[in-house]
Amino acid sequence: MLDPLLIRQDFPILKRKINNHVIIYFDNAATSQKPRQVIEAIKDFYENHNANIHRAVHTLSQEASELYEQAHEEIARFINANGMEEIIFVRGTTEAVNLVAYSWGCHSLKKGDEILVTLMEHHSNLVPWEILARTCGYSVKYAEVNHDGTLNYESLEQEITHRTKFICLSHVSNVTGVINDVKRVAKLAHEHGALILVDGAQSVPHLPINVKNLDIDFLAFSGHKMLGPTGIGVLYGKKHILEEMKPFQGGGEMIKEVSFNPKKRRCSITWNSLPWKFEAGTPHISGGVGLMEAARYLKRIGIESVQAYEEKLTKHAIQRLKELQKVTIYGPKDTSAKCGIIPFGVEGLSSHDVALFLDSYGIMIRSGFHCAQPLHQMFRIRSSARASFYIYNTIKEIDRFVDVLEELGNA
Amino acid sequence: MGTIDDYVARIEETCGEEKDFIATFKYEKKDEIIKRILEKAKKEKSMSSMIFELTFKGVSFRLYVTGKVIFRNLKTKKDVQNILADILL
Repeated sequence: MLDPLLIRQDFPILKRKINNHVIIYFDNAATSQKPRQVIEAIKDFYENHNANIHRAVHTLSQEASELYEQAHEEIARFINANGMEEIIFVRGTTEAVNLVAYSWGCHSLKKGDEILVTLMEHHSNLVPWEILARTCGYSVKYAEVNHDGTLNYESLEQEITHRTKFICLSHVSNVTGVINDVKRVAKLAHEHGALILVDGAQSVPHLPINVKNLDIDFLAFSGHKMLGPTGIGVLYGKKHILEEMKPFQGGGEMIKEVSFNPKKRRCSITWNSLPWKFEAGTPHISGGVGLMEAARYLKRIGIESVQAYEEKLTKHAIQRLKELQKVTIYGPKDTSAKCGIIPFGVEGLSSHDVALFLDSYGIMIRSGFHCAQPLHQMFRIRSSARASFYIYNTIKEIDRFVDVLEELGNA
Repeated sequence: MGTIDDYVARIEETCGEEKDFIATFKYEKKDEIIKRILEKAKKEKSMSSMIFELTFKGVSFRLYVTGKVIFRNLKTKKDVQNILADILL
């Protein structure tokens, strides 16, 4: 089991006081804090290796290119992809989904086709498909969610038809922490000749991920939720699918050759090889370096240990929250099928009141829809408060959080 | 005479069906602002000496001693600015 007290020493921000209280950071599903190893790696890049990558002969550029490519390789190993050709660096999960929607969806989907999403999706795995449906003419169908927040697999199976070409699914719900059986859904998708995209924003930082074992076609995730910097994320795609896809954006880096034909007055363009075909323009090089360090940090701890420790935290939090009469926990309480995300409400108070009260004690949680309005509609709640945990959180912090909530409930 | 911007750092509409507004006061002026609000608004309830439930000209809101205030039943950011201007200026 990991030692959170040892880990906390790597996170300078956790020493900060807000409103005279040492902070308790329970907003990890929104973004994680950064260990000094990641901060140092970014600093070292700018102090010692900064240059633009590729197509330069000077030493700094070669060093920067090497680091950036190593970052792709490190991430490929982290999720057990075949290599860096299957790893595209993007701004985050949202951009990864949009890349697939525009680059694959725009060219492959036509009127009469269907794509299937679920009602528990984050808006970023739903809105791009709705936007494109309006221009491409395909239909978007929704699989139901059970009252306890788990995915209704029967509904999902019923919605699949011979017209279904694509399934989009969160691995872990950003509202309830429910872990979906993506391997099962991937099998189902492939049996019907459809592809599957998994939103791994809430799973990759917390669970062991093996894309080959899951047999998923695309995986999207963000660096900043897994101890890395903001503005860097990943799209994993099976190589043969990525090779067939058209580029998402045009610019530098994504082309091999642009030759002007004076007779036709046009340019002919040859795309660069993977993954650069999808990384137009100067990329977020330092972000890639930071993300590589974040992945190494998690690997040193062991992602299985991360999962086990978070389950322990979640179990304790649910047990303690159940003691509070005025608190309602939404979603499942069984921690074996969920990650460390707990949505809840306090009787008579809005989620924002709860968050503001906790903030008075230096406790950071999130309130609102968490970019998943359809799921809140299904729960018939106006919004929810959400506590989410990570490797540096402790049982003691959870006890403090529950004590403060109790004080609020009694006030 | 100053403006509301001298006192308020930011006003944000909350996420969720409630559509409340949260105003955050400038840190260096928060104690002065809280004092002024508590003098002018009618105190309905206090919770743990951390939150005050208040009304001013028929508008109810909650004031946090950390320098934040949450308004309900106001439609626009301009409404929030107006009520804060009435209290603070």
